Amino acid sequence: MNMQTTSRLTVAETALIEAFAQQIGELPGDGAVIGTRDRLLDDLKKSGLPTRRIESWHYTDLKTLLKSIPDATAVAAIDPIAPLVEGATILSVLQGSADTRTTVEGVDLASFKERLADGSAVSGLTARGSDDAIGRINGSFVRDGFALTLPADLQLEEPIELQTLHAGGQIHTRFPVSFGARSRATIIERHQTVTGEAAFVSSISDIVVEESAEATWIILQQQGAADTHLGQIRVQLGTGAKLRLFVVNAGGKLVRQELRIEVAGEGAELMLRGVNLLGGDSHTDVTLVLGHNVPHTNSTETIRNVVFDRASGVFQGMIRVAPDAQKTDAKMACNTLLMSDDGDFSVKPELEIFADDVICGHGATVADIDRNHLFYLMARGVPENKARAMLVNAFVAEIVEELEDEKLVEALENVISIWLETHA
Amino acid sequence: MLEIKNLHARIAEDGTEIIRGLNLTVKAGEVAAIMGPNGSGKSTLSYILSGREDYEVTEGEVLLNGENILELDPAERAAKGVFLAFQYPVEIPGVATMQFLKVAMNEQRKARGEAELTTPDFIRRVKEAAEQLKIDQAMLRRPLNVGFSGGEKKRAEILQMALLEPSLCILDETDSGLDIDALKIVADGVNALKSPDRATIVITHYQRLLDYIVPDTVHVLYKGQIIRSGDKALALELEANGYADIIGEAA
Repeated sequence: MNMQTTSRLTVAETALIEAFAQQIGELPGDGAVIGTRDRLLDDLKKSGLPTRRIESWHYTDLKTLLKSIPDATAVAAIDPIAPLVEGATILSVLQGSADTRTTVEGVDLASFKERLADGSAVSGLTARGSDDAIGRINGSFVRDGFALTLPADLQLEEPIELQTLHAGGQIHTRFPVSFGARSRATIIERHQTVTGEAAFVSSISDIVVEESAEATWIILQQQGAADTHLGQIRVQLGTGAKLRLFVVNAGGKLVRQELRIEVAGEGAELMLRGVNLLGGDSHTDVTLVLGHNVPHTNSTETIRNVVFDRASGVFQGMIRVAPDAQKTDAKMACNTLLMSDDGDFSVKPELEIFADDVICGHGATVADIDRNHLFYLMARGVPENKARAMLVNAFVAEIVEELEDEKLVEALENVISIWLETHA
Repeated sequence: MLEIKNLHARIAEDGTEIIRGLNLTVKAGEVAAIMGPNGSGKSTLSYILSGREDYEVTEGEVLLNGENILELDPAERAAKGVFLAFQYPVEIPGVATMQFLKVAMNEQRKARGEAELTTPDFIRRVKEAAEQLKIDQAMLRRPLNVGFSGGEKKRAEILQMALLEPSLCILDETDSGLDIDALKIVADGVNALKSPDRATIVITHYQRLLDYIVPDTVHVLYKGQIIRSGDKALALELEANGYADIIGEAA
């Protein structure tokens, strides 16, 4: 390594390289996994963290925004918390380590650590392209998580909650989950701090929804005000498969949620909904790359953002329709409520359409609270702060209700109102 | 109950003066009709009384039970008993009607230092009031005013009025957009709320509504002033002859 390269490394980049060196021999994996980890870290070292010059990171210059990496700390035992929805089975990952004592009837379940140790995880570890910084970081450092296989025809009445809790430090998890043909289940992926100590978190979920399966996947990100959360959701939808993907960001200091979705089977349907509740000095980026790869598929994407304080948000939504993907129907919308003059939200919709018989649309709005609505509520005796909270709530509740699952809707609306009460 | 003294008010944005020295007294138990041609300031008066920010009071006072309410925000006025039945009630998607009613009722009670309603008590009150106004339970399960017809919206306004038990009711063109059956239901609802300790202001263009809600006093508003006051006979005179004569006299 020459001097010039070394001098360009940021504090965070140096910390990552050092952390990796310190963990050599400690990170789980067979020879192939270790070889892959080394290569990923090497790539990261060579190219550094992405800057605004990389198109997909243009609005989230990770090199500048990621100021430091907290030390990896050994922490006393953390206890799981109550599930988001009553009756859910909790699979907990506490301080980056999966608790494998729980089983779910009918589901083939293993810790990701085992998959690393026996080498079966190796193919999933590779990065998805040269701008895949999250894939590189997570592939280098991932220690644990859960690998779930739902066999064909399995119908789970109650959700599974992947509960990832931490008390600061460095946390890298992964969740490969496959929904077998005609299976039906709800999975809640939850990321939360329990202490507020700064953490650097990366997490990748690799979701395969096979023929005619119906999956509901909820991501609830409630990291601490000092945390960096780098999430990536990879999705493969098979023939006639249905996925309802709901992403709620209600925490974190620096957050990137990448959604890389391939609609790869005819008749497949995707419903993506996102709620971003942004406050403080946080920066939150949701980046969608959606491929409609075959004919006769449809998708709807609705993102609702509420921006307080000096928070900034980003939504990048790229929809690619492959040349023979005729009859694709895709509708994307991104609506923002700007509650503060110091907050901002950037929206970049992109449609790349190579088929000629498709319906594809996108729309974006930015607004303040409607003064007529506010006056109406106040004229009925609702004090201004409460009236504002009701209206903001209403703005996001509208899409939460689309989940049409009473328990889930109630639980998420509750999370949202608590967030608004503490931030508004 | 309500005393408006030498009120002057303008549109905050462009300074256009709308109310120009208005005087009006409405006693407890009284139903006062305010009539006047388009642009005379009728709706503006209702907004100023309920505290809309778009208008600026430059002179005068509005006393409710002896207390000047002009410094209070709309929510505080509501808690003191001011209620405006809107000419055009707004639709608010995402706000459940029942939740809204409960919050409004309890916030007013809190502001007055009263105990909040229990859920069963709240539901019983809504059910009773809704039945009187022929409001379907399905309507109450929808988001606030969303998808309601014109008549349903007006009935929902009167339902809110019944539940909030205000001391000063202001009905802004409540008859607009109503067919005769809906008008009767709404008028019955308003009449049922008549009480010796409640004052009602009915703002309307037409005599028609006053056949069903019979006023004790009638006031003609023109260019931001009350130019003539009388009893219900005045409304009939206006219906027969139009505003021109009275405006001519005042000029």
